[in-house]
This record gives sequence, C-alpha cells and structure tokens, in this order.
Amino acid sequence: MPVDMRTYLGHVELVNPITTAAGCAASGAELAQFFDLGRIGALTTRSITMAPRAGRPTPRMAETPSGMLNAVGLQGPGVDAFLERELPWLAQRSVRTVVSIGGGTVAEYTALARRLTDAPGVTAVEVNLSCPNIEDRGRVFARDGAASAEVIASVRSVMRYDVPVVAKLSPDVPDIVSVARACVDGGADALSMINNPLGMSIDTETMRPALAAVTGGLSGPAVRPLAVRCVWQVHAALPSVPIIGMGGVLTGRDAFELILAGACVVAVGTALFHDPYACIRILRELEELLAARGFNRLADAVGLAHRPPGASTRHRTDLEESSL
Amino acid sequence: MRKTPVTPVQVTGTVLTTRRVDAYHALTVVAPGIAERFRPGHFVAVAVGGARTSSLTRRVFFVHDVKPDYGGTVEFVFTVRGPGTEWLAERRARDTLDLVGPLGRPFPLPRDPVGCVLAGGEYGSAALFPLADALQRRGCRVDFVLGAASADRVFGALRARRMGETTTLTTEDGSVGMRGKVTDVLPGVIADVRADAVYACGPMAMLRGVTAVAVEFDIPVQVAVEERMACGTGVCMTCVLPVIGDDGVTRMVRSCVEGPVFRGERVRFDDVGTIPFDALGAPGGGSRHAG
Repeated sequence: MPVDMRTYLGHVELVNPITTAAGCAASGAELAQFFDLGRIGALTTRSITMAPRAGRPTPRMAETPSGMLNAVGLQGPGVDAFLERELPWLAQRSVRTVVSIGGGTVAEYTALARRLTDAPGVTAVEVNLSCPNIEDRGRVFARDGAASAEVIASVRSVMRYDVPVVAKLSPDVPDIVSVARACVDGGADALSMINNPLGMSIDTETMRPALAAVTGGLSGPAVRPLAVRCVWQVHAALPSVPIIGMGGVLTGRDAFELILAGACVVAVGTALFHDPYACIRILRELEELLAARGFNRLADAVGLAHRPPGASTRHRTDLEESSL
Repeated sequence: MRKTPVTPVQVTGTVLTTRRVDAYHALTVVAPGIAERFRPGHFVAVAVGGARTSSLTRRVFFVHDVKPDYGGTVEFVFTVRGPGTEWLAERRARDTLDLVGPLGRPFPLPRDPVGCVLAGGEYGSAALFPLADALQRRGCRVDFVLGAASADRVFGALRARRMGETTTLTTEDGSVGMRGKVTDVLPGVIADVRADAVYACGPMAMLRGVTAVAVEFDIPVQVAVEERMACGTGVCMTCVLPVIGDDGVTRMVRSCVEGPVFRGERVRFDDVGTIPFDALGAPGGGSRHAG
C-alpha cells in the first residue's frame, strides 16, 4: 500500500513533505527543465525584497568538506518583477509556492506582505529573519526573539488569514527555543529551520578570505546535525507547531531524520546544486523508507524520535487526533 | 527569464577514454543525451568524488568534442586545480561519471560565410574546435590564435593547424610561436585576414584584451567566460558577472544560463568581481524603489 505522504503547513495541505529551500531554486524555471514542479510539496522562492538587489561581489561560493559557503547577498529582481513575471509563471503551472521575503526594517517586511496578500498563487509566506536590521546596527532580526516577533506580528496582521506565515530561524543564537516561542507568540503559523550558520574559509594560496564578503552561510550535510538538534529542541518545546526542517538533506534517510526529530515538511537546498533531481529522488527514497518501516502515513513518523525509550513506534493510533 | 534553447539532461555515463594532452587531461564519456543536444559553446557540469562524495559542487567544463560512437560521446578538457579535478584525472576507462548538460547558451553563428578569428587562451581553446567545425560547415573562413604561458599549456595547436587557414601561437616564455600574449598578435591577424568577427574563450584577462582589440577594429566579438560555478544549472547564483543588457542597464547575470557566451563589449570586464555602483540593485544606487 502506498504511504500517505500528505502533510499540513498550518491548515494548508501539501501533497508531500518535500520543498525546495529558499534561495536554492532561483525562479523555479531552472529546475522545471528537469522535473515537473507540481510533483513536490511546494517550491520555496528566493527571498524577495522590495527593490531589486544585485547581491554580493564574487567569489560568492567556496566549497568546504561536505558543504559549501555562500555569500550571494539575496540577489533578486525585487517584488515588482517577482509579481509581474516569476509568481504568475509558477501560478500558471499550479506550483504550490512558499514565498520567502526579506527586509531591512519591520516596515519593509510589512510592505512586502501587503504586496503579496492579494497576489494569486501564494501558498505560504516564509519570513527570512536572517536579514540585517537597519534600525539595530545591522544585527540580524533572527538573533533576537523580540525583534523577530515584531516582524512576524506585523506580517501576520497584513497577510491574508488563509495564508500561513512561517518564521525562518537561524541556528546562530544561544537559545533557538526562546526565539521560536517568541515567533509563535507573535503569530507565526509555522517555523522553518535552520537558516545557514555563518562560516568562513581562507584560501591558503592567496592567504585571503575565500569569499569576497569574507563570511558566508554554511550549508550542506556539514550542518545537518545542527539542524536535527534545532528541530528536536523546538519540537520538544512546541509540539503543536508545524516545522519545516532543512539543513544538509541529501537523501531520503536525511529527510526521515528531520521528520523523526519533529519536522512535518523537509526542504532541500544545497543538494539541488549537486543533483537537479534531488527533490523527487529524496521524495521517492523517503516514501520507500517509510513503507519499509511499516508506516501507512507520513504524519505517524513526525516527531517519533521523541517517544520515551522502549515505547512502541505506533504510539499514535488512528483514533487519536494527530498533532498535525 | 530567458529560456535555455535546449533542455539539459543528467547522464551517468561510462568513461570511454582518458588521455593526457600536454599539461591537460581529456576525458571522453558516453552520454548520448548530451551529445545529441550539443551545440558549440555548451558546457557540462560534472559531479566529482563518486556516489558518496563530500564535494557537493559540480565542476564545469566546455565540451571539446562530440562523436556519434556508442550513441554519442562528449569529450572535455581540464587541468588539475584541486581535489575535485585530481579525482577526475584519476578516472579510467569504464568508470562512470555523473554529467549534467548540455548547459549554457551556445555561440551564435553568422548567417553569411564570413571570416572569423578564433582566439583561445590556455585550455579555453577546447571550446573553439566544435565552433570552428560549425563555422566551416557554413563556409566561413577560420583563423586561429592560441596562446598560453608555455608550450605545454597551449591546447590544440595541431588541430588548429589542420583546421584553420592560418594558426598563430603565442607563449609568454617564447617556448613556441611568438613570445607574448594572444592580444599582442591578434590585431595583426585580424588585419591580415580581414576578419569580420572574433570568437574567444579563455581566462578573463585575455577575454578583456581580445574584446578591446575587436572593438578597436569595430567587428563583433563573442566571448565564452570560464566563471567558477557550483551547479551550472542557474540555481546557485554564484557565477555572476556585470553585463550590460539591451536596455543599457547593467545587471549581475549568471554566466551559466545567461552565458557563458556573451557579446564581448557588453561584459564589464573592469568590474568583474565587484558590484558596479550603477548595476541594477546595487547597494545605495541603481534601485527603482525607495524601499
């Protein structure tokens, strides 16, 4: 019997739990050359900003063991071009689209949400909180629960009621649970984690930083244990909040690991650079893995690693309400 | 969002032959899906390190040759620069390689039989041979100018001599051909053969010089850039360079999907590695919104 792969992001049903991670699928058209985007749960866009952004100078990328550093700097067309070209292109193809937004002030996030609220084809909004806060000496919103909550509350207040608002958290904080709780209190319908932790690499030939921007976001399997830890801690503290888990997922096994930790949606990022078919391959591997473990529904596996030692793997019967 | 003219495919191909060409390595891989879609200027993105690799970024190489054997093979040329290319250099016949291609926008070809100078630096000349073939099939005259630091780094001199009406070689140490750079001899060649167009592939500094020469002669120049990439498919956004669009606006464009072939005079070579202040979306300027 095929496994029921449906999952929910807030009240929005996704046909399966695999999405692309923000900033890893460009406009969507690039990956559509390889597979039908309708086959994955959702496509997450790059972080859309008010104005077009040219991003950071090159070199923007440095390969590291089992991962890479990137400092792209949110290069993108700006919200006007996004709403004019990229979103309609996705909507025409009925691709479920999570729109990531990024801003430098609470007002900018709010203005972006206002632009998106009437746009057709927005499945959910993911708020990229790892943007420098212009009003707070350029420190990122995500490092502070109160600043994050202010952004989320403001976005939630202008966004259509039926579009879930997702807060994307950074692992570069002393206590991710407190930031997560602040975001949920601020009105976040779901959380996604982890954004890239900051890293750095030095070219020992030139004896200079490998990236033009000096530091960059570390991604790939190198950060997966960090992602599993964050998802675990947040799911333990806030078991009823849907989590989009991401961080170095290369295979169905990796996706399953994040699901066991408490994620109900799994985003694929860096793997897409290596394998343009990564999303559908991971989806297939995950489905096979769930079937092999005897699961009928994906939802039964979400957060299952939290059960007490010795407890049965079937701690949720069909009579019980799923926490999803 | 310009569409790529051909749809790339992912192929797990068998290595047919490996060979050393002076300082370079060449691998021929059975990849029918890529070979049949190939046009001159296309490149392939190769996964390195095998199935359980810890290298997640692909290495990109221009296609040097396609042949119809075994349903279609592609050959690419590379030099060992790090652990990834070192692994590639260790591949033997019958090993398999994971290739994505053909990628990028190929060289545009002239409608009429005109005279073309093909300028190659280092192993960038690899991309010029399928182009020369296509040009000659259209009745174009082809002349080569190939250069590198030393004789063993000039790629394809023999083949160029066979194909081109004339072939001029340059090396910086004078070990073969003229001592100097491609750009030192290019004006003479263009004048001698009365060239109507220039095509170039090689390091950025050379492309910049070739473009300057072509602009001086007021003839069109198409350059194929060798930017570092992580994916080759347009999703990683790391291979950008400042290019002036038809509307006069400079944008940071991806060399993998908007390139790798550009009109030389449109590339702002002096600003490669920076975000020019007047580029669309540059910090503190160039933006259309107050935010």
